[in-house]
Amino acid sequence: MKGFIYADNAATTALSKPVLEEMMPYLTTEYGNASSLYELGGRAKMAVERARGQVAAAIGAEQREIYFTGGGSESDNWAIKGTAEAMAKKGKKHIISTAFEHHAVLHTLERLKKNGFEITLLPVYENGIVRLEDLESAIREDTALVTIMYANNEIGTIQPIAEIGEICKKHGVIFHTDAVQAVGNLKIDVKAENIDLLSMSSHKFHGPKGVGALYIRKGVVIPNLIDGGAQERSRRAGTENTAGIVGMGKALELATANMNERNQKLTQIRDRIMEGALKIERSRVNGDRVSRLPGNVSLCFEGIEGESLLLMLDLKGVAASSGSACTSGSLDPSHVLLSLGLPHEIAHGSLRLSFSDDNTLEDADYILSVLPEIIDRLRSMSPLWDRIKSEEKN
Amino acid sequence: MYTEQVMEHFTNPRNVGEIENADGVGEVGNAKCGDIMKIFLKISNGIIEDVKFKTYGCASAIATSSIATEMIKGQPIEKAVELSNKAVVEALGGLPAHKIHCSVLAEQAIKAALRDYYEKQGIDPTPILGEPVHDCHDCEGCHA
Repeated sequence: MKGFIYADNAATTALSKPVLEEMMPYLTTEYGNASSLYELGGRAKMAVERARGQVAAAIGAEQREIYFTGGGSESDNWAIKGTAEAMAKKGKKHIISTAFEHHAVLHTLERLKKNGFEITLLPVYENGIVRLEDLESAIREDTALVTIMYANNEIGTIQPIAEIGEICKKHGVIFHTDAVQAVGNLKIDVKAENIDLLSMSSHKFHGPKGVGALYIRKGVVIPNLIDGGAQERSRRAGTENTAGIVGMGKALELATANMNERNQKLTQIRDRIMEGALKIERSRVNGDRVSRLPGNVSLCFEGIEGESLLLMLDLKGVAASSGSACTSGSLDPSHVLLSLGLPHEIAHGSLRLSFSDDNTLEDADYILSVLPEIIDRLRSMSPLWDRIKSEEKN
Repeated sequence: MYTEQVMEHFTNPRNVGEIENADGVGEVGNAKCGDIMKIFLKISNGIIEDVKFKTYGCASAIATSSIATEMIKGQPIEKAVELSNKAVVEALGGLPAHKIHCSVLAEQAIKAALRDYYEKQGIDPTPILGEPVHDCHDCEGCHA
């Protein structure tokens, strides 16, 4: 058995060594409070601002437009609830999103719905990509916000963000994108793409957990998230997580620097796995084959259940994830897979493999060498598989 | 998240397969909910001589099927009638709360196979086994 292959980088990534090194002083000797006036505090302040510059540069924003938060979910909550509160005062209480957003967005929208907002969830179709004409026709006079993810966390499909931004601009609607899976993996330019608000999370690109950021375009006014201090331009009070912020800045700088080269390699790994897995009978790739994150593979295998597959892979040293009901803790499979129109019984047999620059083509080959036997084994004890095969004959 | 016993039965399931001309066959669960269990019984002189299963589902569904078959194999039929999901859970050293329904499914699969057996024998199974369970077992919150 091979040692260990981590193929769940969409869940989280390993903290990279240079990032840890950059953080270490702020976890040890450089412990100052960035708000303090003496030099130790001043150095912490400078470190935070340097990181803010690194984050801004990675997405084409201005430094003052970046607000550090406690992570992607917090950024999503702030962007959506904040915009909703601001726009409700203008009588706008309609929000447009998609059926396959992350729960940080969907559950926030459900909360707003209870508070009198009307929510339109656009379909994403079999390829997992929103259609611009659907967006155009959903926008109304009272639309307060459009929130559409940059790239999907389960199936990796990339949305036409620049076109969506253009449409929102034309109609004067605020546009937020949950870019947690995209930042550090895709070239993003908030100005060119007309993005008003963008959420990101540090631990998705080899930074530390517990830190993220919200980009708020200059001129977009949303209420403060946390009152109680002058930090983050008084909009998100609380002593800065200096080490986390420094780590996030460094991680994003590194991720942006070698993006093209890395994505070429990731695309090779991804495509090799997709091609290899499709040789297994009654398998499928979920979502568009081309317009997807370079490191994302999402598959379904009929006749088996995803959790069993994950545990068998784990026994072979491969860490992956699934959108099956059994892994979600509920009895329904992932809303993302269902939004593609997949029937429950197929969605239960899903497998997500997500790669980072720590992975190699050898990892892909190893996974492809163990996957067919695991699937055969599970199918050999599956009455559902027997049924599928007997229906084939008739 | 799973006990050693669950992982052991999941990785080395006992009694997987089918029995040709079985005396009783029962199937419960459905594909939409993500688990199906099918039990085959060979019964003679009131003894469960052989039992096999086929299961589509998560690790705990496979493990509960495996241990449940082990618990009734070679036993008098009454033992199988009495087998409760609680006993299955205990034998596995516990199951996570949201997996308890897998043990219910195992109990129901065996009861369904026994029902089939009694019916084939011309015996009304309801006084022995109670009312039959419906295809969608007592799972809560299934939006299928």
